[in-house]
Amino acid sequence: MSYVDETYYAQLVRDFSAWPDGEIGDPGTREACRMVLHREARLLDQRRFEDWLALYAAQCVYWVPATPGGDPRREVAVAFDDRRRLEDRVYRLRTGHAWSQAPASRTVRAVSNIEVFPHSEAGVMVRSNFLLSEWRAGEKQLWSGWCGHRLRYRDGRYEIEVRQVNLIDCDQNLRNPSILL
Amino acid sequence: MNTSTFFEGLVHEDRVHRSIYTDAAIFEREMTHIFGAVWVYLAHESQIPKADDFITARLGLRPLIVTRDANGQIHALYNRCTHRGARICRTERGNARTFQCAYHGWTYFNTGKLRGVPWPEGYACDFKDAKFNLAQVPRVESYRGFIFGTLNLDAPSLSDYLGLIKKPIDEWLDRHPGGKVEVREANRLKFKGNWKLAYDNAADGYHVVFSHRSLLEMENRMQEDPTKGMSFYMGKPDEAPMYVQYFGRGHHFKDKRPNVAKRPGALWELEAAHPGMEHFENSIRKKLGEKAGRALDLAAAEPVNINVFPNLSILGNHIQVFQPLGVDETDTTWYATVVVDEAGELGGTVEDVNALRLRTQEAFPNFGEVDDAANFEEIQRGLAACEDEWVYMHRGLGIPGRVRNEPDGTLKAPATDEVFMRSHMKEWKRLMSTEPRISVVR
Repeated sequence: MSYVDETYYAQLVRDFSAWPDGEIGDPGTREACRMVLHREARLLDQRRFEDWLALYAAQCVYWVPATPGGDPRREVAVAFDDRRRLEDRVYRLRTGHAWSQAPASRTVRAVSNIEVFPHSEAGVMVRSNFLLSEWRAGEKQLWSGWCGHRLRYRDGRYEIEVRQVNLIDCDQNLRNPSILL
Repeated sequence: MNTSTFFEGLVHEDRVHRSIYTDAAIFEREMTHIFGAVWVYLAHESQIPKADDFITARLGLRPLIVTRDANGQIHALYNRCTHRGARICRTERGNARTFQCAYHGWTYFNTGKLRGVPWPEGYACDFKDAKFNLAQVPRVESYRGFIFGTLNLDAPSLSDYLGLIKKPIDEWLDRHPGGKVEVREANRLKFKGNWKLAYDNAADGYHVVFSHRSLLEMENRMQEDPTKGMSFYMGKPDEAPMYVQYFGRGHHFKDKRPNVAKRPGALWELEAAHPGMEHFENSIRKKLGEKAGRALDLAAAEPVNINVFPNLSILGNHIQVFQPLGVDETDTTWYATVVVDEAGELGGTVEDVNALRLRTQEAFPNFGEVDDAANFEEIQRGLAACEDEWVYMHRGLGIPGRVRNEPDGTLKAPATDEVFMRSHMKEWKRLMSTEPRISVVR
């Protein structure tokens, strides 16, 4: 069952188009968020996709815009996955017949420049930069950009409600964008 | 070199030589003898709707600016300063009456005419001479929103060039309100391989259950029996009512519509899960009741591949463009389209339809095309084996009654037949052996 509707889209676009200036000063909150982002990067590099999915909320979106700040209501995205499609994506990678990942890519990603901003009572918005080096079938390529995360504190941990991956070349032709970014 | 004999040696009835995919000299010749000689798709009119809009494009490797001037006329200008050769436009789209070269400030109108140069008193020449205007493609024509250009003064009209492939294009457009669509951004992919690998694949029904096995498994993971997506390729696809058809001039058509029940809503039922599916489908059903089928079908991928040689493939709801960048590098750009409903034919549901349609269009580039592109790259790698010279495309050849000559001159065959590939290769061979009368105007 998809929870994506007009209200969901509107909130999403609102949250990811207006980034505030005032960072959260509390070191505990910042450290907790940093750990989520670093764990996410590690699980993806380890191809532990099911564990990675467990970081995400039951109602979540993984969003890679195809234009800077692109509005998913008006244009296609490189990827726009609700929870079900994100599970589809992982399922496909696990079939053994996803030829774009046969052989599978080896990846390593560095996440840095993490800034945490207030969002709502239990929620925060996090910005970070990333460099992702990918090796596959004898060739290396570099992905880079920044991520926006909307995290919510629930049951003693921050879970990922939205992850927006902003590639610096999001509006250009991409070679084999079959890895989870 | 006798070119005709040379290309006869590379394209046989049942196979082609590896060098047509790997040889840089052959690629360079394609840029004139194919991309210079036939009508090439450049852009869609909805990308430059207003006066003075422009979008950059390419004709083969030639950088172009496709402009709509103040009078609405479309030009395909060479994006190359007449003076020293620099590209004069570095942005991909926008609105501009003039373009100024950043190097020495020569400025041109969006009709291609030179507007002026800095300090003209330093020149003895007359800048009214047309030779200082931008070069432009001499023939630019549109067919129902699709803008094409050709450098070949002897080419037939665009309408004649398209010929019978116009019928499926018309049908594809006419299923939409007002008989038109608008382009809304794209899924942009690239692969390290020759552009013909993508065109060879464009009507290939043989690869589907193999290359797209993970997609079929994914789309049907909630189903007891696979019914979603292209499941109709499973089992015995050559016995299914779908077919492949060759239209001449390199154009071909994979028509999967006969596999789908004729009633409104049947196409939508083939769609697997998409983000927002439940909400927007319910909203459409609430507004339209029993008439919701047509609107929902507009959000579903139309089961056709309409391939216009050499660089256009209208498939699902996409306008896909093949852009060669080098002998072993190609961009495939999947322009998404949305429905416009000026006359209100969809009873106020067009926003809901497009909300679904944008998400359905993301599925294939994400979960299907990436695997094809990986396979194209594997072909390019495999073709490095230079003593192993031949690439086969003889599926269906020599089986009596399998390929049918239709009264209209087209060829029809079962879905997995490679007759379309053999046929566009014959056309490729003819074009590569013919000297086109190429020219620009200024």
